[in-house]
Amino acid sequence: MTYLRYELLRTVRNRRFFIISLAIPVVIYLIVAASSHAKNLPGTGIPLKVYFMVSLAVFGSMNAVLGAGTRIAAERTTGWNRQLRLTPLSTRAYFGTKVFTGYAVAGATIALLYVVGAGFGVRLGAANWLEMTGYLLVGLVPFAALGILLGHLVTADAVGPTVGGASALLAFLGGVWFPVGTSGVLYYVAQALPSYWLVQASRVGLGASGWGREGWLVIGIWTFGAARLAMRAYARDTGRA
Amino acid sequence: MSVGVETGIALRGLRKTYRTSDGPIEAVRGIDLDIAAGQTLALLGPNGAGKSTTIDMLLGLSRPDAGTVTVFGGTPEEAVAAGSVGAMLQAGALMRDLTVRELLLQLASLYPHAEDVDKTLELVEITQIANQRTQKLSGGQSQRVRFAMALLTNADLLVLDEPTVGMDVESRHAFWTTMRRLASGGRTVLFATHYLEEADEFADRIVLMAHGEIVADGTPNEIKAKVGSRTIRATLPDVPASDLESLPGVTAVERRGAGVVLACSDSDAAVRALVAAFPEAHNIEIGGGSLEAAFLELTA
Repeated sequence: MTYLRYELLRTVRNRRFFIISLAIPVVIYLIVAASSHAKNLPGTGIPLKVYFMVSLAVFGSMNAVLGAGTRIAAERTTGWNRQLRLTPLSTRAYFGTKVFTGYAVAGATIALLYVVGAGFGVRLGAANWLEMTGYLLVGLVPFAALGILLGHLVTADAVGPTVGGASALLAFLGGVWFPVGTSGVLYYVAQALPSYWLVQASRVGLGASGWGREGWLVIGIWTFGAARLAMRAYARDTGRA
Repeated sequence: MSVGVETGIALRGLRKTYRTSDGPIEAVRGIDLDIAAGQTLALLGPNGAGKSTTIDMLLGLSRPDAGTVTVFGGTPEEAVAAGSVGAMLQAGALMRDLTVRELLLQLASLYPHAEDVDKTLELVEITQIANQRTQKLSGGQSQRVRFAMALLTNADLLVLDEPTVGMDVESRHAFWTTMRRLASGGRTVLFATHYLEEADEFADRIVLMAHGEIVADGTPNEIKAKVGSRTIRATLPDVPASDLESLPGVTAVERRGAGVVLACSDSDAAVRALVAAFPEAHNIEIGGGSLEAAFLELTA
């Protein structure tokens, strides 16, 4: 518990990471929401301030959870993880702390966007808020595994661009910034991505229904696959069987 | 042979080869070593002797290609998980964004019998930097913090990989004074060094490594006696060291200006041969062996 407390403190103090995860989504939202009063997303009845609130919640929380990888890569490069491996801290607790920290920042990002959104007059039913948040938190699981995987594959120098690039690509293809439509190649590609389903999770707040069987399957497969690869990368990295 | 295996450390047939772009490097080539609990052992050797590789395997940080490691009757991982190991690794940065005290508090929370953080800060004399962020420390300060991290564990086994590298003479002295005080508590201490005087003064056993193998093992006095090493000093300008090295009984030659220092395995034979071959040699002195001479002879 003490260990986790200082890990969180450390994360909050790391300005760069905290700004990217918390401030940037909010700033983008402020710009978009302030300039789009009462306008709707073209072709739909969804106000832009609602649409972008949930989209940025997706983008911000995704980056927050992937950020675990950035911290793991930094610790590997400086040799700190060697030091940690000589403490009684178990591998499970090490990753547990990283994932929890990622989720804590993700939770803060989502909450902050909700508050700012509400300040701009976004009104949703209590059930919508809760259901959307629940789906988001589950939808972030494969990203936590992806973050750990990247953290063990890439060095600290390269992890910024790699995680940033992966998140931008996943966000773009998954339909974070604009709807991917309901047909065409992009649509089929998108459906295989966890980011698409994270976006669908956020649409629950706009009154859409939750994931069908396909959504759960894609999230499950990505989680399982990334976790397996992450374990292999970890074993190779530490010379353990 | 098996003394202390239950309570101490046993390395059996350890081997490790690294693959590099210049081909494989055999870093450790078959090491057998028993360390009884409570012993202070220096792993002494030049750079590239395989000391750090051996330590990594002992700590479970890397897997041996062959051989086994037993620490307090179990695997290194089990000993680490039980909090029985405190280690000071070579180099490596500290985790950033925490103060020294916070970092130590975080680590202390992981150990079942951790030492009090403020007491440790005092012991290592870093109380005055306790509230500084770790990324703002000087090299010497970081070194002390890493020492504090090892002591904080209150572990039965302390492993220190070249702990005084980069310290000035004063810090080095302070470091060993602290260590000496702590070692009296029945702790097992293993440290790697390439400073002969550190091994000589502090360890009660020296294991000398060269080229991935153990070349000598004993108390500092035994090591000196084992090589029966004596040195011959003489003033003898203008003779190449290689000519002197080929004299019988001579194991190593060092030139110091007009003088030469011959490390000898048989100083009687060497002095006779020296005088016969180079009648111009004068100011000849024969002295008892220094650890340095033994070191030169055994690791060559």
